[in-house]
Amino acid sequence: MPSNWSDRTELKGKAMQALTALACLIIIAIVAIIIGNIVTYGAGKLSWEFLSEPPRDHFTKGGIFPAIFGTAALVILMTIAVIPLGVATAIYMHEYAPKRSRLVHFVRLAIQNLAGVPAIVFGLFGVGFFIEFVGRGIDRGLYGGSLVYGQPAIIWSALTMALLTLPTVVVATEEALRAIPANYREVAYSLGATRWQMIWRVVLPQSAGGILTGGILAVSRGSGEVAPVMFTGAAYSLPELPVRLHNQFMELGYHVYVMSTQAFDVEATKPALYSTVLVLLMLTFLLNFTGIMIRARIRKRLRDGR
Amino acid sequence: MRSSGVLPYHSEVMPLPKLQRIGILSDRFAAFIIKGSAFVAILSLILIFVFIGKEALPVLTSPEVRSEASLSRLFLPQVHHAGEAAEFSWQPISDVPKYSLFPLFIGTLKVTLIAALIAIPLAVAAALYTSEFAPSWARETIKPCIEVLAGIPSVVVGFFCLMVIASWLQGAFGWTYRLNALTAGIGLSLAVIPIVYTVSEDAFSSVPQAFREGSIAMGASSWQTASRVVLPAAMPGVLAACILGFGRAIGETMIVLMASGNAAVLSWSPVDSIRTFSATVAAELGELVQGSPHYHVLFFIGAFLFLLTFVINLIGRWWVGRLQKKLQGAF
Amino acid sequence: MDAKLEAAPSREAGKYSAGICTEELRVSYAGNEILKGVTLEARRGEILSIIGPAGAGKTSFLRCLNRLLDLDPDWQVSGTVLLNGQSIYSRELQVAVLRRKVGMVFSVPVTLPMTIYQNLTFGLSLNREGRSQRDEKVEKALREAYLWEEVKDRLDEPARNLSGGQQQRLCLARTLTLEPSVLLLDEPCSGLDPISTRRIEEALQQLKKNFMVILVTNNVKQAARASDRTAFFLFGEMIEVQKTELLFTTPREKKTADYISGRFG
Repeated sequence: MPSNWSDRTELKGKAMQALTALACLIIIAIVAIIIGNIVTYGAGKLSWEFLSEPPRDHFTKGGIFPAIFGTAALVILMTIAVIPLGVATAIYMHEYAPKRSRLVHFVRLAIQNLAGVPAIVFGLFGVGFFIEFVGRGIDRGLYGGSLVYGQPAIIWSALTMALLTLPTVVVATEEALRAIPANYREVAYSLGATRWQMIWRVVLPQSAGGILTGGILAVSRGSGEVAPVMFTGAAYSLPELPVRLHNQFMELGYHVYVMSTQAFDVEATKPALYSTVLVLLMLTFLLNFTGIMIRARIRKRLRDGR
Repeated sequence: MRSSGVLPYHSEVMPLPKLQRIGILSDRFAAFIIKGSAFVAILSLILIFVFIGKEALPVLTSPEVRSEASLSRLFLPQVHHAGEAAEFSWQPISDVPKYSLFPLFIGTLKVTLIAALIAIPLAVAAALYTSEFAPSWARETIKPCIEVLAGIPSVVVGFFCLMVIASWLQGAFGWTYRLNALTAGIGLSLAVIPIVYTVSEDAFSSVPQAFREGSIAMGASSWQTASRVVLPAAMPGVLAACILGFGRAIGETMIVLMASGNAAVLSWSPVDSIRTFSATVAAELGELVQGSPHYHVLFFIGAFLFLLTFVINLIGRWWVGRLQKKLQGAF
Repeated sequence: MDAKLEAAPSREAGKYSAGICTEELRVSYAGNEILKGVTLEARRGEILSIIGPAGAGKTSFLRCLNRLLDLDPDWQVSGTVLLNGQSIYSRELQVAVLRRKVGMVFSVPVTLPMTIYQNLTFGLSLNREGRSQRDEKVEKALREAYLWEEVKDRLDEPARNLSGGQQQRLCLARTLTLEPSVLLLDEPCSGLDPISTRRIEEALQQLKKNFMVILVTNNVKQAARASDRTAFFLFGEMIEVQKTELLFTTPREKKTADYISGRFG
């Protein structure tokens, strides 16, 4: 073999390897640029007033407190709906369903497909089902036809978001349930526990960490997705905070969208816009980071043996 | 199992007490609630299909809607002004409403292709590097980075495209339209990279170590092993990753809404503004009269999106499942 | 715990029935026969040990007695199992109640991820039994399991801090808090050091006075020294059962003699 042949192949190999490393670098660089850009331009206006005061003068002055409040309220309502539902679904699949049940197969399929549905389709569903069907029904039944729930409302946005994040909670809970050794269940049964007692006293406390992770990741997604809430309850400028379930609400992500595409004076609102984006980014990051940290710690503890 | 009752009951032995009724009741109640909850997942999927389909159906069935927006008007070129050639045009809000889906389809296609052309090579290459060549400190840096990217809300990505990338590109290349398919495509690729990376990296990691060892033992270099042994072996998984990435791209709304210019222009140029299916729904649903033909057409688009992503995800996951079985079964 | 006396008619007077017994018990798993018709009885005041090679069906037999096999629908059980004359599958007997009366200690000590005290009171708390009496019951059970002295000052520590032998005695005490009638032990001393093994065997000697004790063991010597009657299982059949000294000195069946002398196993 000529000696330069293997040199050339080796060189080519090293070059291709470098290219793949370059791909990683590009991705890392992009992420860094995005975050850097937002932090640089957004940090300027960030202050306690910004976070705690309502906006003034078409969002050039004042703060974004209503948007923060609205996002928080949305997410709290969503969590109340999605955690019990998701945990119950996972418990059913893991503890109650008979072995090799067809139903479990279908539930799992449904969860996987729900995870792939585009956010805007959830938004359409929110309009077509929650607002038009359920909301109008409530209006006819409880309010004699006047328009109370049959229109965009924070409760409908929360329920739509709960459906969107349901797969996240189910998957995280199932992972936690699978980690519990079968012995624990046997011991509980052999001491005379009913199935529910065993779940309540042994399984759920052990899986609390995983459930928490799922909840946090769901909340992180819920505070960032805009498409599902666009027509189901979010509004750009509201005089009051959402204190009733049928109120509309301001939301950070929706606010960013409207302000960047339809604002009157883009230059004047740019600082406030960047700061809003920064707040949203920090919020989702904090939640994501916390969720992932907890999950990593739980996995590590499992690997090392409790 | 029957009690044969053959042996008499010895009175000296303690009889067995009944469990407190509360224990039994709460057990039954809990079982009921839990079984019911599990149905909600299946029920929601069905409800989504039903309710979106319900509002989409008038496009096919109602004569009133069909006079404006029948299937043929949606898909075939229409003559809108006497004397002119037939054309595809999406202009629902005008004197003569035009509902052709074709410009939207072209728009979706353009931006998805651009996003795929950027995201897939980057993500697959990065996944290959992470799984085959990277030292562990690099791996510990890249993976969290991808998670961070996955965690950035799409509205923030759209914002960044709109504010920074668009201006930068226009400054560098001087295109007519600041917001166009290319800008949106770049942003969209950022949303697609995480899922393609994750699934590809899983596929590469699942290739048995024995393959690599065999290749190295025959004198192959690291790159040769990766490109000629690992990559082909993991190809089904990588293809599944691409399919899932496509599904994500087609359904993504916010980035396109903010960065693509939102003009239903029918052209093949990547630097013209576009409108995608999802962005159309998002942009126009708010201003509508419920029950108007426009409303039903938007739901029709939504139903189409739902089915499309449903099928794409089904295929993708089925493929991944097959890949896993193949790797486990053969070795 | 209040007791409602079940007035069951006494049929064959004189037949001793304060025990747990099986008649023609057949068990199969996913179509494979595990137990092929076992008729065996355990009485209060004695330790019945079950010996036999792996796969003989000893563990399956034990798990039948507290209906632990119910958890997996692939297990099929037929035949009769009576506890004090009442079928354990009768509708009047709730399975949770049965399991408190028939306690089980597993071969691997499985302590719940709680404190020692919480482990011990777990069974009591399921039926909301009197809290005031809990401490007494805990102490009594720990004494019966020969564990009281070692843990009486450490009750609030996590149970996993204990050594293997201590954990197993904890599992025994945990079962004893429920004051069962029957104690099922599935190779409880496998993996324990000789001192822990001896402690447990001593505890069982004391416990047999008030309980029916069934001890499954792979260790033939343990059966010889610790039990009063011994049954030999092989491939799902009970080959013979008799008083321990007799079984080990003059076994009736050749297979028994072969197993005991180590010709197979």
